[in-house]
Amino acid sequence: MKVVQKIKVILLICLSAVLLPLATSAADFEFNGKVGIEQRYFVEQGQYENQLAHSQASIFIEPELYLGWNQGSDTIIFKPFYRQDSRDDERSHGDIRELSYIHASDDWELRTGIRKEFWGVTEFQHLVDVINQTDGVEDTDGEEKLGQLMLNLSLVRDWGIVDMFVLPGFRERTFGGEKGRFRGALVVDSDNVSYQSSSKDKHVDFAVRWSQTLGDFDIGSYWFHGTNREPILTPTFNGTKLVLSQYYNQMDQFGFDVQATIDDWLWKLETIYRTTDEEDFWATQAGFEYSFIGVFQSNADLGLLVEYGWDSRGEADANSPGANVQNDIFFGSRLAFNDMQSSEMLIGLGADLDHNAFSFLVEANRRFGESFKVSLDVRLLQSTNNADLLYSIKNDDHLQLGIEYYF
Amino acid sequence: MLNNQIITSLFATMALLITSYSVTAEPLQKQQTEKLGLEISQEAKLRDTGWIDNTSDMLMLLRNKQGQESSREIKTKTLELLDDGDKSLTIFNKPRDVKGTSFLSFSHTVGNDDQWLYLPSLKRVKRISSRNKSGPFMGSEFSFEDLSSFEIEKYRYNYLGNEQLNGFDTFMVEQFPADENSGYTKRIVWIDKAEYRVQKIDFYDRKNSLLKTLSYNSYKQYLNKYWRADSALMVNHQSGKSTELQWSNYAFKTGLIDSDFNRNTLKRAR
Repeated sequence: MKVVQKIKVILLICLSAVLLPLATSAADFEFNGKVGIEQRYFVEQGQYENQLAHSQASIFIEPELYLGWNQGSDTIIFKPFYRQDSRDDERSHGDIRELSYIHASDDWELRTGIRKEFWGVTEFQHLVDVINQTDGVEDTDGEEKLGQLMLNLSLVRDWGIVDMFVLPGFRERTFGGEKGRFRGALVVDSDNVSYQSSSKDKHVDFAVRWSQTLGDFDIGSYWFHGTNREPILTPTFNGTKLVLSQYYNQMDQFGFDVQATIDDWLWKLETIYRTTDEEDFWATQAGFEYSFIGVFQSNADLGLLVEYGWDSRGEADANSPGANVQNDIFFGSRLAFNDMQSSEMLIGLGADLDHNAFSFLVEANRRFGESFKVSLDVRLLQSTNNADLLYSIKNDDHLQLGIEYYF
Repeated sequence: MLNNQIITSLFATMALLITSYSVTAEPLQKQQTEKLGLEISQEAKLRDTGWIDNTSDMLMLLRNKQGQESSREIKTKTLELLDDGDKSLTIFNKPRDVKGTSFLSFSHTVGNDDQWLYLPSLKRVKRISSRNKSGPFMGSEFSFEDLSSFEIEKYRYNYLGNEQLNGFDTFMVEQFPADENSGYTKRIVWIDKAEYRVQKIDFYDRKNSLLKTLSYNSYKQYLNKYWRADSALMVNHQSGKSTELQWSNYAFKTGLIDSDFNRNTLKRAR
C-alpha cells in the first residue's frame, strides 16, 4: 500500500515534468520489452514436505515505456514486471523495476524515482552491489533485483564521478513459498518481518560512491548507511506452524572495487566491510578473466574465469551462522561463438574449500530469427555438510528452458 | 609465321601497357613507394580532418551463404580529437534483445584503446579488453578494427600504382598494420585521385591470402568538404558471407563535447 502511494507521488512528479515539454517540443517515445515462458524440470523430488515434485512452468512480461525530450537530456522510463508461476504462489509476483525521471546536464545528472543501480566487477558473487534488494524468487544467482526508490545526484568531475543517493523506503527480499524449491526445511514468512529501525521499512538510507578510471584501472569506493538488504532469519511459530521470520538490522558498509584491464587479462577485486549491532566482518571476492580470441580456428572467443571468495566470519558452526562464501573457489569458461545468432555458452563450477559443497552450472543461449532468444540452463548442486546452504537445496538439480520474445 | 606475328604484337601491347601503367617509366625505389604511400594516406586523412563531431545511423545487413539475412541497427556519435584517436559512443537498437546496449571507446593512435560496454538488463558497465581487434563485430563480416577510426600511426605504407576503378582514377596503397593483434598482414586500399576517398579495400588474413573485400558506394559531400558513403559492402571470399552497411542521418558539428563521452552518458545513451 505504501509502495502504491509512493508510486502515485512519483507519477505525479513525472507527469508534471512531462506535460510542459510535451506541449512545446517534439519528444521521442518508445515502447518495447519482452515476454517469456520458462519451464523447469527438477531431477529429484524435493527434500521437504509440500515442495513441487518435478515440473514448474511460468510466464513473464516486462514492457518498457521510454519518453525523451531535449535531445535526450530529459527522460522518463517506466518498466513494470510480472511473473505468473504455475506452482509457487510466492513466485507469482509483480514489481516496478523502473519508474524514473532523469535530467542530465553537462557535468551532473539527477535521477529520481524507482531505479536499479549496479556496482561491482566480479562475476560469481556481487559483494559490493548493495543499492537494490534481491528478487530472490526470480533466480538462484541473486542477479535479479527489485526496483528501489531513490534520489541520485551524479557529478562528473576530472577526478571521478561522485554519486550521492538518498533512498527513501526499503524493499523486503522475496522468498519462495511452501511449494517452491530452493528453500530450507522452513518457509520464510513474508508477513513476519521486523526491523531494528523504528521507522521500519520507511528508514531513509544514504550512500555516496566515487568511481574513476585511471589508465588501465577502473576503481570505485563507497559508504552505505541504512537497512541491511540481508535479513536475519529466525525460526518462529506462526500459529502452530514453524516458519522463518525476517529481521532487518541497520548497517554501515564500506565497499571497494577495482578492475585492471591489461591486454587480454581482466584482474578483478571487490571487498566490503560491514558493521551492524550483531556482527562486523570483511569479505572479499577476487580473481581474473583471460580471453582467447579466435579459438578452434573459428571466430569464437573463449574466456576463462577464476575467482576466490573469502569472508572473515568463516564457516557456519553451532554458535554462528557464518558466511555462505567464506573460503570458496569458482571456475568458469565463457564461449562466445560470435555468429549471426550470438550463440553463447557459460560453464561454471563453485566449490567450498572448507567442506563438501559444489555447484555446477551450464548456461547456453542463442537468438532465433530477429526477436526470439532461447536459453537452456542446467544446475547441479551437491553437499554432504548440513551447515552449508547448498545442503538444503541438494535435491534441486534442474534443467531450465526459457524462450523470450522481444517486441 | 602467323604465330610469330601474334607473339610480336602481344609483346608490343604489353610494352605499351607497362609504360602507360607507370607514367614516369622509371621504376620507383622501395623508399619512394613507401613515402608515396604514406603521403597519399596522409592527404586522405587531412582531407577528412576538422569535422569536430558527427552522428549517424547505421543499418547492418548480415547475409550468409544460404542467403539468410539478419539486421542490426546502430547509432554512433563520434568526437574528433586532433592529438589522439577519436572518442565514440555506439548504441545498439536492433536486434531487439540487445536494445539499449551501448559501447564507449576512447581510441588511441598508439597502444590499446579504452573500451566500456553497458549491459542494460544488469545496469552494468563493464570495462572490456580492447585487444580483440580481429574478432567479428556483432556476428558480422566487420571486425572491430575495420570499424575503428583511421589513424596514420596504425599502419606502414607502400604505394603500388594507379588503377581505374568504377570510373575513378585511383591510387593503390598497401597498408601494413603496426598492431601485432591485427587480424591482417596487409590491406590494399584504392583511393580516388579526385577527392582522396577510399573506394575499395582488400583484406589479407594472417596467412596472407585474400580474406575480404570492402567496397564503398554513393559518396555524398557534407559541409562542402567531408565525403561519406551511403553504403558499403563487405564480402568474405573464404566463407561466402557478406555484410552490407547503410548509413543515414549523417550530421556534423552537432555540438558534442568531451562530457558527452563518459560512463554516465554510456548508461543513458539512446
